[in-house]
Amino acid sequence: MATLDKIARSLLLTELVSGMGLTLKAFFSRKATIAYPAERAPLSPRFRGEHGLRRYPNGEERCIACKLCEAVCPAVCITIESEPREDASRRTTRYDLDMTKCIYCGLCEEACPVDAIVLGPNLEFATETREELFYDKEKLLDNGDRWEPILAARLQADAPYR
Amino acid sequence: MSDVKLIKVTVDGKEVEVPLGATALQAAELAGAEIPRFCYHERLSVAGNCRMCLVEVEKAPKPVASCAFPVMDGMKIITDSPGVRNARRGVMEFLLINHPLDCPICDQGGECDLQDQAVAYGGDQSRYREHKRSVTDKYMGPLIKPIMTRCIQCTRCVRFATEVAGVPELGAVGRGEALEITTYVEKALSTELSGNLIDICPVGALTSRPYAFMARPWELAKVDSVDVLDATGTNIRVDSRGPDVLRILPRVHEDVNEEWMADRGRFSFDALKKRRLDRPWLRQDGKLRPASWPEAFQAIATKLKGLPGDRIGAVAGGLADAESMVALKDLMAALGSTNLDCREDGAALDASERAFYLFNTSIAGIEQADALLVIGSNPRVEAPVLNARIRKRVINSHMPVGVIGVDANLTYPTKHLGVGPDALRGVMDGAFGEVLRNAKRPMILLGRGALARPDGAAVLAAAWALAQSLNAVTAEWNGFNLLHTQGGQVAALDLGFLPGRGGKDLGAMLGGGVDALWLLGADQLDPSLIAPETFVIYQGHHGDRAAGRADVILPGATYLEKDGTYVSTEGRVQRGRRAVFPPGEAREDWRILRAASELLGHALPYDDLAAIRTRLVAVNPSFARVDETPAPAALTAAPSGDAGKLGTAPFTLAITDYWQADVFARASDVMAECARAHAPTPAMAAE
Repeated sequence: MATLDKIARSLLLTELVSGMGLTLKAFFSRKATIAYPAERAPLSPRFRGEHGLRRYPNGEERCIACKLCEAVCPAVCITIESEPREDASRRTTRYDLDMTKCIYCGLCEEACPVDAIVLGPNLEFATETREELFYDKEKLLDNGDRWEPILAARLQADAPYR
Repeated sequence: MSDVKLIKVTVDGKEVEVPLGATALQAAELAGAEIPRFCYHERLSVAGNCRMCLVEVEKAPKPVASCAFPVMDGMKIITDSPGVRNARRGVMEFLLINHPLDCPICDQGGECDLQDQAVAYGGDQSRYREHKRSVTDKYMGPLIKPIMTRCIQCTRCVRFATEVAGVPELGAVGRGEALEITTYVEKALSTELSGNLIDICPVGALTSRPYAFMARPWELAKVDSVDVLDATGTNIRVDSRGPDVLRILPRVHEDVNEEWMADRGRFSFDALKKRRLDRPWLRQDGKLRPASWPEAFQAIATKLKGLPGDRIGAVAGGLADAESMVALKDLMAALGSTNLDCREDGAALDASERAFYLFNTSIAGIEQADALLVIGSNPRVEAPVLNARIRKRVINSHMPVGVIGVDANLTYPTKHLGVGPDALRGVMDGAFGEVLRNAKRPMILLGRGALARPDGAAVLAAAWALAQSLNAVTAEWNGFNLLHTQGGQVAALDLGFLPGRGGKDLGAMLGGGVDALWLLGADQLDPSLIAPETFVIYQGHHGDRAAGRADVILPGATYLEKDGTYVSTEGRVQRGRRAVFPPGEAREDWRILRAASELLGHALPYDDLAAIRTRLVAVNPSFARVDETPAPAALTAAPSGDAGKLGTAPFTLAITDYWQADVFARASDVMAECARAHAPTPAMAAE
């Protein structure tokens, strides 16, 4: 009996008809795709994109070369060198971040005691050469300056959960 | 120690036997229980002011500070109960009230006792919302960077300066919250052991100035090695990152340096990057020009091949490793030369018996001595850690110390007996002679300065005769001690790096006795004494005194850049290990000599470190006994000098400026700054 039922279903093309039905339903429902460069999907405040080094409102760089990010980084993509600056404060002389190694886990941001290194909302930093992805301190500070209003807002939004 | 009465105490239910008079903390340590502490330090007196080591003792109404609580028979100590944990949490909370939350910028971060113990024994959050106190920073010289806000007033530094270093220049002023550790007057600490303050400070209040903000402890590669910048044989740990040595710390060795280290060994390593010879140089038309290794070797081969063996000479410097010295000695032997010398200062050493040039009492043996006669030496600058051991003995048992020579401040009371050989001749007639005669274990400490003079051999013979007359050279006790100033010297003497049969000594070689002179790191001699027509090959690591006079420069490695064997002044064979690679084209010294020997047509029969160390043992079996000191033995032989030929000139010291005493110190910026800071200040008009 089961065999007969199976043969009847195949001959009457029921699966095809139900499949076409689903297609027809999707045809009239709201679309999930967006026209990407012009339209954007919403980003969580916790989104982990391109890194930046932030500054204090008075323009002083936040990073104090404590090297916790370097220590916590599971991909070992951060390299820091430091020495006393002229005013005897502790600052980096070198802050290199190898974006090709980075796995965007965000542990550096969590480790940072002064909210200096952050992962920003930018995800469009593809480059033509690998070398361009070896970020130095200047590039990271520049990123921080560029995204600062958004970075500050994101940290604010996430602060209650930290 | 069999006469010490043992008593039984119970720690956390475990019964242990401890000597009577031990503290509860020591008993707990014997039982394997961990007690947190800040102010307690094994080698300092007990202060009992941090209260972190609180434990419960049965029948005691309150928790007691275990570091200051002597045990009694049958005592029951509880180190881990809710009460103890609560007490420690409370103490920790009080300590953290005024401790700043600046761990991220603190150099102690990652190796901080307070950090570790706050995690292990502290609470999880602060309840303190008021203002924290802050303290103005002090100045303690170019080596120490004090950030006194971080201080928890454990007073370890005060006790170290007063008790071990012997310079009571640190103290605490004020009471309660206003208590501050200070130097009273703003000046650099006048001690050669100041670096140890950094090690004993349990927090980041005293940190290293040269190392400030350089690295974190977890980034550093650690290599165990040995310090050669003085002859103590201090055990060290070299911390490096990539190609840079970032700091040097002492390792514990109870028989050598305990856990202390002298400042020059600790801080002069910045010289590794300064004035280095990183490629061969060749003199052409009177000027040095960069050359390649083959060119340099070719120039040496061309010169040496035409010379008879007795016109070639070699001098080994005080920092050379045993491997390179045995290679150079073998090369010279192959060339037919016996013109060897390792005594750059011209000291009249006698290597016929090992006891004639060793610190026979051994450093640990100082603690059994009951009288000391220092002749022509200032152990405080020649071997600061050894001097701390003498000071410990003087403080603990009032050992009388007599000094013949320069009457320097040795940090303990001394009796000045005279300035020259006359005092040595008459020492047994005076009051101190009586002291020496009555001593069961007298020590005579002879400095290099007393031997580096025309009547040096006579001084050596007279000192030896004095030791013999005091019955100080027996199978139980050898009280004759020679204090060397550099870590490679004893190995050179062990290898017999001295004029062989018919060989010329340093003076003869310099004065035109040889046509070609091979200087192996010989930087302490005055190159202007070398005869102008002599062809000088300088093999070393710094462009110091001798390199400028050289015709060929072969770049070698420093003691931190090669595996080497060194023998300390007490005859202890120790191995140094490579921490970083030598810069540029510089190579390990024995390899340079091995390569040169090939071109000179006398290939040396060893190709690796194991083979050359086998050769060391073949030359002198003492090299096989690593980390051992020779046992005292009765000896009837005497040094060859004639004690009757003593001169009259006063004794001078081998080291006059501690901070500029060797090739490292002269190249180091840190040491130059120390020399400036410690230079005697001219008296002001108002004084």
